[in-house]
Amino acid sequence: MVHILIKVQAEDFQLSDEYEQLREYAQGSGAIVQFIGLVRDLSVEGKLSGLALEHYPGMTEKVISEIVANATERWHLSAVRVIHRIGELANNDQIVFVGVASQHREEAFRGAEFIMDFLKSKAPFWKRERSAAGTYQWVDAKESDQRALDRWRLRANTAGTSE
Amino acid sequence: MITILFFARLRDIAGESKLELELPAGVETTADLVEFLKTSRASFAEALTSGTVLMAVNQAVCDQNKPVMAGDEIAFYPPVTGG
Repeated sequence: MVHILIKVQAEDFQLSDEYEQLREYAQGSGAIVQFIGLVRDLSVEGKLSGLALEHYPGMTEKVISEIVANATERWHLSAVRVIHRIGELANNDQIVFVGVASQHREEAFRGAEFIMDFLKSKAPFWKRERSAAGTYQWVDAKESDQRALDRWRLRANTAGTSE
Repeated sequence: MITILFFARLRDIAGESKLELELPAGVETTADLVEFLKTSRASFAEALTSGTVLMAVNQAVCDQNKPVMAGDEIAFYPPVTGG
């Protein structure tokens, strides 16, 4: 049984708690990889004071579950935890956490990277940048995020994903 | 009844986040629904033609034309920017 947790929440998360949870569920695993995404203070528009994030309740969790299921079909993962924050965030705040445990580091690295790449271009979240003056502007999707998916199709091990 | 949802930039343009309406006469597919919405309000027409518009039916991405039935939830949204 793979331990899977997916949460979309306004509250912050504690990396040490997530790590301990992963470690508990990852009995016998040799590797844990954790990724944390942070709010950047710069955009093409200039200096920012933060971000506001909204999502499509229900569909977001469903899409992330499907991405995680695809990852567990491609690699032997023993535990996966994904947390994504919504609402108002300040510069340097934590936005997203992806934690993956596996027997081997290669599978843990690949799994975490795959989940982040697909989350970024498939999960229905939308960012608005907040300027220093307090005005908001929707963020445009990046072509580079879409391109990040292409390399997963090019890799030899494509079993188990419909993407 | 069907439920229509607009998210993010499309919601701002449409001026609505959620609509509940009886399945309009003559609307059998998502393409029919888009045409119906475009003619029902100018702000909907603007939202549904502003750049790339993605669509989900019952929380599943809908790439092409799909049948629409009573009870369906149809969402319109711009390309996603999470992570």
